[in-house]
Amino acid sequence: MTDKVLMKGNEALAEAAIMAGCRHYFGYPITPQTEVAAYMAKRMPKIGGTFLQAESEIAAINMVYGVASAGFRVMTSSSSPGIALKSEGLSYLAGADLPALVINVQRGGPGLGGIQPSQSDYFQATKAGGHGDFRMIVLAPASVQEMADLTVKGFDLADKYRMTSMILADGTMGQMMEPVSLNYGEPTKYDKSWAVTGTECARPHNIVNSLFLQPDELEKFNFIRYERYKQIEENETMYEEYMMEDAEICVVAFGISARVAKNAIVQARAEGIKVGMIRPITLWPFPKAPMLKASEKVHTFISVEMSMGQMIEDIELAIRCRRPVKLCNRVGGMIPSPDQVYASIVETAKEGGAQ
Amino acid sequence: MDYKRILLFAGHYGSGKTNIAVNVAMHLQRERGSVTIADLDIVNPYFRTKDSQRDLEAAGIRLICSEYAGTNLDAPALPPDMYAITDDRSRTAVMDIGGDDRGALALGRYAPAIREEGNYEMLLVINGYRPLTRDVASTLEIIHEIETAGGIPFTAIVNNSNLGEETDAETVLASLAYAHEISEATGLPIKMTTVREELYEDLKHKIPDLFPLTLQYKIK
Repeated sequence: MTDKVLMKGNEALAEAAIMAGCRHYFGYPITPQTEVAAYMAKRMPKIGGTFLQAESEIAAINMVYGVASAGFRVMTSSSSPGIALKSEGLSYLAGADLPALVINVQRGGPGLGGIQPSQSDYFQATKAGGHGDFRMIVLAPASVQEMADLTVKGFDLADKYRMTSMILADGTMGQMMEPVSLNYGEPTKYDKSWAVTGTECARPHNIVNSLFLQPDELEKFNFIRYERYKQIEENETMYEEYMMEDAEICVVAFGISARVAKNAIVQARAEGIKVGMIRPITLWPFPKAPMLKASEKVHTFISVEMSMGQMIEDIELAIRCRRPVKLCNRVGGMIPSPDQVYASIVETAKEGGAQ
Repeated sequence: MDYKRILLFAGHYGSGKTNIAVNVAMHLQRERGSVTIADLDIVNPYFRTKDSQRDLEAAGIRLICSEYAGTNLDAPALPPDMYAITDDRSRTAVMDIGGDDRGALALGRYAPAIREEGNYEMLLVINGYRPLTRDVASTLEIIHEIETAGGIPFTAIVNNSNLGEETDAETVLASLAYAHEISEATGLPIKMTTVREELYEDLKHKIPDLFPLTLQYKIK
C-alpha cells in the first residue's frame, strides 16, 4: 500500500507534532479539536511521552510553560473559548521568551457560541493573544496536509525565535479527512542553553521569568523582543498567490475560506473575469508586501472570511487604503458557498472599482 | 447477500461507518422494505446519520436519532424510541455505532436484548489507510476495546479501505491483503468490500462481495 494515510486534520496535526519531537501534550477536551487530545492519549504512552488531561485550559497552558522552561518541545490545543482561557499563560510564555506550539481549532462565537467552524478568532490570534506587548507566529492551514506541515514548521519557528507559534485552524480543518504523507526528517535541533535543566554546579543558574523589578530593564526586553519580531516579518512571511499574474480583482482568504474561494475564482475565470487570490499562510506576520504590490494593478480586494470582518483591517492597512476592500462573509458556524463568493466577484467586476 | 434482522456497524472513528450504514439501509429498503436506521453515536457531533435525513425519509426509512444531532448542542443523548430497534421485530434495523470504544459504550444498553433475539450481525468496518488501524495488532486492539464496551462480539468484517478522494481501483486492490490478514487473525469472514460507486464496474469481477457506495452529503 502507498505511504499515504487517510487522516482527520486533528489527527494529522497530532502525529506531525510527535514526528517533530513533541513528547509532551497538555490539553482539555473541547469540540471541534478533541481528536487531538484523543490521538495524543493513544500515542504518547506508547512512545514514552506525556499525555495529560489537565483540570482546565489554564492549568494546561501553565504546564506548557513548565515543560518549555526545561527546553522540551511542548504543545497544547483547544478551541476558541478555551484559547481565551489560555490567554494569560500565552502572555507569560511571551514574557519569558519560551517556545511552544498552541493549536486553536476555531468554533463559532462569541461566548459559548457553537461547535461549527469559524474564523472569528483572527483578532485574538494576531492582535490580542493576551496582555502586554507581544506577538505570536500565526499559521493558517488550508488542507489536512498543511495541518501537519505547518505543525512541524510551527515548532521550528517557535524554537528559532523563542516564542509561541499558533496554528489557527477552524472546525472544518480539524474534522475533514484527506490523504496525507507524513515524511519529515529528524527534528531540527535548536540551541536551548537558556533552559532550566540543572546546573550540575558547572554553569550559572538559568532563570525563566517574566517579572522585572526595574522598568528600564523591562523596557529593554520589550525592545529586544520587537527587534526579533522585525526579523520574523522580514524572513518568515508565507503566502500563496493564485492566478494573480493579470488579476484586476484580488480575493484574500485563508483556511477553508480560501478553498471555497478557489472554486469561485475558477468559475469566474471561465467567465473571463480577471480575478486571483492571495492566501496568507502566516496571519502574523501578515503578507503585507505582496498585497501592496498587487494594489498597483488590482482595482478591488475582496476579503472572504468567516468573521464579521477582522482580516479586512489588515488588508486595508497593507494596501494603505489605496483600493476598496469588500467583505464577503458568513459567521456563526456557517461557511461561505462558492456561489456566494462567485456572486461577490461578479458584482465587483461589474463595478470595476468605481466606488 | 443475506442479511440478519439487525445490522450493527462499528469500528475506529473515521472508518466510514455512517456512510456505509446509510447505503446499506437504502439497499435493504429497496430489497425488503420496513427498514429503520438508528444513530447511536454519542461521541462525534459531526458527520451524522441525520445529515442524510431527507434522503432517508424520501426512501421511506425510519430514522431514530438524538433530536440534538446536527445542532450546536454537543450532548451525548439517545432518544427513548431507540428501544423500537429491539421491541419491534417486524422491521429490519441498521445501527450506526459511534467510533471506538467510547462510541460503542452506548450499545451496551441494548446489547442484552440484541443478543437474546440472536438475529444480528455485528460488522467491523476497517480502513487500512487509517493510521491507527494500519496493521493487525492495532486493529485487534480496537476490536477488543469495542467488544468490551459494546457487549456484542463482531461476526464479520466490512473492508472499507480508502484514501478519500484519491481512492482508485489500485487503492482498493492493494488493501485486500490487509483485510485478509485481519480476517485470519480474528477468524471473522469478510462480509463485503465497499467502494465508491464510480469504481464498482471496474472492480466487481475482481473482488468478491463488492458493495457500491454513494457518498452522503450534508444537506442544509
